[in-house]
Amino acid sequence: MKTGYIILGIAVMALTTYFIRMLPMVIFRKKITNVRIRSFLYYVPYAVLAAMTFPAIFSSTGSQISAIAGCVAAVLLAYFRKGLLTVAVGAAAVVFVVQMMGF
Amino acid sequence: MKKQEFLQGIKDGIPICLGYFSVSMAFGLTAVLSGLPVWSAVAISLFNVTSAGQFAGINILIAQGTMVELAMTTLIINIRYFLMSLSVSQKVHKDMRIRHRLAISYGITDEVFAVSMQHKGDLTGSYMAGLILTPVLGWTGGTLFGAVAASFMPTALTNAMGIALYGMFIAIIIPPARENKSIMITIIMAVAASLAFNYLPLLKNISGGWSIILITLIVSGIAAWLFPIDSEEEAGEEEASDIKEEKEGTNR
Repeated sequence: MKTGYIILGIAVMALTTYFIRMLPMVIFRKKITNVRIRSFLYYVPYAVLAAMTFPAIFSSTGSQISAIAGCVAAVLLAYFRKGLLTVAVGAAAVVFVVQMMGF
Repeated sequence: MKKQEFLQGIKDGIPICLGYFSVSMAFGLTAVLSGLPVWSAVAISLFNVTSAGQFAGINILIAQGTMVELAMTTLIINIRYFLMSLSVSQKVHKDMRIRHRLAISYGITDEVFAVSMQHKGDLTGSYMAGLILTPVLGWTGGTLFGAVAASFMPTALTNAMGIALYGMFIAIIIPPARENKSIMITIIMAVAASLAFNYLPLLKNISGGWSIILITLIVSGIAAWLFPIDSEEEAGEEEASDIKEEKEGTNR
């Protein structure tokens, strides 16, 4: 593969991604006061993260059974308000153990 | 640069960094096995800091696709960042300089966005710099490690690490859902919509990038219409940031 082609490709990807992230940051410099829009933005994180997690989480490990076990562990740990790292590592540990058991 | 804020950002970025390491290792490995040089895999990670977007991008590069195709695919998969960046723009300190806005735009990833949204009070440039730095190191370092060494890692370990980032998302959305019924309903609607977009005929033909953006628009729209945030919540938020500013004032 030609080096020039790769470099051009990296530049195209990087610039496209950067503009998507940069435009709203520069355009919306004032606080939006409209209650509807504020409410909408308030719910965006929950909607986007929930949609990205389910059902993708069930194919994030080698097997569906271990992924389900890891997901249950994560939900329980999060429900009892454990921190981000604890939940992430806890879920991964459960997946590891379940896979070691042969599932 | 406020040192304390920066260090807090670094600290909050550590879980993201660890999660990124495993995912980007997989990226590095895939890129090299597909025939891309190690340096290019690392450069893609450093300049993009996106997961799905990068995987799609290298597939096009390997197939010798056109630059228009590459730009369009990147745009569709990453368009969700527009909404995330918009949310962040409303949470950054109102006096943040334009060059700081330009700088932190580089690092608004799903996870950085998620953590910054649960941060109490306004976001400062120093905090965001720290919160972006650790994940970028993890992401780029993991890519390098994966490109060079992932083939020696036991599969059980890389598989297990695959769930780490999703675990983090769950840790972010579940605790507030316990307190707030409208957040709970928003999450349930989003999961239901996401399942529909993954499994129902016709809907499942819509690409992943578009379906995430559609779900976010529709579900957040319905939630905002059903449960507009009341002045109480807003007052609470402002109060919290006022207290914070007072603290900063005494520190100076």
